[in-house]
Amino acid sequence: MRILTFIRQVLDAEESVHVANNAVALENSKLVMDTMDEYGVEEALRLRESGIEAEIIAVAVGPGRTQDALRTALAMGVDRAIHVETDLRLDAIALSKVLAQVAQKEEATLILSGGQQADWDSHALGAATAERLNWPQATWTSALELKGTTLTGKHDVDEGSETFTLELPAVITTQQGLNEPRYPTLPNIMKSKKKELRKEPLDQFNVTPKVNFISAEIQVKNRLNKVLDGKDVPAAASQLVDLLRNEARVIA
Amino acid sequence: MILIVVEHANGKVSKSTREMVTVARELGREAPVTALVLGSGVAPIAAEIAKAVDQVLVADLPALSQYDSELWSAAVAQIATEGEASIVLIGGSRSGREYSPRVAIKLDAPLLEDIISLKASGDKLTAQHYTYLARVTETIEAMGPVAVVTIKPGVFNPATPRTEAAEQFDVDLNLPTARLKVTGKTAERSSRVSLTEADIVVSGGRGVGSAEGFTQYVEALADQLGAAVGATRAIVDAGWRPYSEQVGQTGKTVQPKLYIAIGISGAVQHLSGMNKSKTIVAINRDAEAPIFKIADYGIVGDVPQLVPAILAELKK
Repeated sequence: MRILTFIRQVLDAEESVHVANNAVALENSKLVMDTMDEYGVEEALRLRESGIEAEIIAVAVGPGRTQDALRTALAMGVDRAIHVETDLRLDAIALSKVLAQVAQKEEATLILSGGQQADWDSHALGAATAERLNWPQATWTSALELKGTTLTGKHDVDEGSETFTLELPAVITTQQGLNEPRYPTLPNIMKSKKKELRKEPLDQFNVTPKVNFISAEIQVKNRLNKVLDGKDVPAAASQLVDLLRNEARVIA
Repeated sequence: MILIVVEHANGKVSKSTREMVTVARELGREAPVTALVLGSGVAPIAAEIAKAVDQVLVADLPALSQYDSELWSAAVAQIATEGEASIVLIGGSRSGREYSPRVAIKLDAPLLEDIISLKASGDKLTAQHYTYLARVTETIEAMGPVAVVTIKPGVFNPATPRTEAAEQFDVDLNLPTARLKVTGKTAERSSRVSLTEADIVVSGGRGVGSAEGFTQYVEALADQLGAAVGATRAIVDAGWRPYSEQVGQTGKTVQPKLYIAIGISGAVQHLSGMNKSKTIVAINRDAEAPIFKIADYGIVGDVPQLVPAILAELKK
C-alpha cells in the first residue's frame, strides 16, 4: 500500500509572532514541521514497522523553504517526498484539491494529516481532502491500528471520545497522544540526502482559492496586571475577592 | 435564505446556535433566517429554535440519531442547494468544524472557519478569525453566491427568543450510508456546566501538585462559583484529568467572562485556548510565570494556602 503524509511548515510555537505590512512576517523566525503533522509521519512509520508493506510519501505545498520540512520527514524515515512549489497562500479547501490529486496519482489508500494547523488554526484539510476523494475520514485520532484493509482506532468527538472502524481508503487526522514522534538520527539524516524529493509546479493542479487574505494584526488586549503578594494569605485572598466582586464585577 | 444548522445536545439547543442566530440577524440581508434541525426525536429542539428564526426545517429521522460527518454534510448541502442558501452557518464545535469542509466542497463554496466577526456587502463577505494559535487576528474575504461559515463559540451574544414561533416544515433527505462505524463511546460529561459555554472557568496546572490537589483546589473553587473546570495539557498527559477538560491548542478554546488559572505557568499552547477571556486571574508561586503577563488580577503565592483562603472569603 501507499501512505501519504501531508506536511506543513509553520512557525515554531515557541517563537513570537511578528506582523509587518499587514501579514505575519516569517523571515528570521524558526520554522519547523507542524507538530500535528509529525504525529502523522510517526504513525505511518509505525504502521510499516508493525509489518505492513507500505511506501510512505511526504507531500508539502509551499514556497522553496518548505523543502526543509520535507527533509525532516525524509530523515525521520519516509521513503520519498513531493514538493508542490508555490508562493501563493492556499486555504485548506484549495489545498485539499492539490492533496487529493497527488493521492490519486500516487494511488495512495491512506492519508495522514494534522488535526489542526499551527499557523492558520484550521481544522478543515483532512475532511476536505476526504470529500474530494469521496473517502471517509476520522479526525482527531489518538489511537490507530491497521489489519488488512480495516482501520480501528479511537478519536475525540464533541464530548468525550469514540472507538471506530473504517475501511481503506481513508483520511486520518492526528493529534497529541497518538504517538511520540521520533527524532531523526544522524545516520538517517545522511541517508535521507539521497532520497527522492520531487518538485512539481502548482499550475497543473488547477487551483483557484476562494478565500482571500486581506490583513493580519496582533491585537493586544490591555490587561490590568494587578498582581498581589501572597505572603499575607488572608489579606491577599480578601483583596482578590473584593477586586473580582467590586471592580471587575465578574462574581456575585 | 440564511441557513443555520442547529447544534443540540441532551434535548436542548446549544448556546452557540443562539449565537449563530445573532450573526444571521446582524447580516441585515433580506433573506429569511432558516434553522435546520437534524436528529432523531428532535421535536422539542425544533420548537425551541422556532422562537428565534423565520422558519424551521426539520429532518427527524432514526438514521440521524447519531452525528456522522458524511450524513450531516450531505443533508446540509442538499438543503442549502434546494433553498438557494447564500450563507450556511455551522457551529464551531469539533463536529461542526469536521463536516463543514465537506459541505463547502459539495457546494463549491468558500469556507470561512471559526470566525469572530462577519459582514456582508453585496456578494462579498468579510470576516475575522484568529490564527497562529490565537495570537493573530486576520481579516479574510470571500466572494460568491454561497459561503459556508463556522462560528467561534462564545464570541457573539446569544439571541433572545421571541414570543411567536416560526413555521416548521419537514424535509426529505437523500442520505448516504455512514462509513465510519462507531464501536464504542466514552462520554466524559461532568455534572458541571460545559467548558465552552461557561461564564466562569477555573483551570489547574502542575502547580496544584497532584490529582487530589486538583479536586481540593480547582474543583472546589469551581463548584463554589458555579464554574466549569479546565486543565493544562501537562496534567491531562499525566493522567490527572480527562482530555475533555483540556484547554489550549490541542484541547478546547474558551472565552468566558472570568478565567481563573491555578498553578498554571502559561505555555503559549495553553494561552491560545484562553487568552481571549474577558477577565483573567492567575494564582501561581512563580512571579515570572508568563500567565501573569496576560492576567488582570493575580496573586504570587502558594496554591494550597491561597485557594482555601479564597474559598473562605467567598463563603463569608
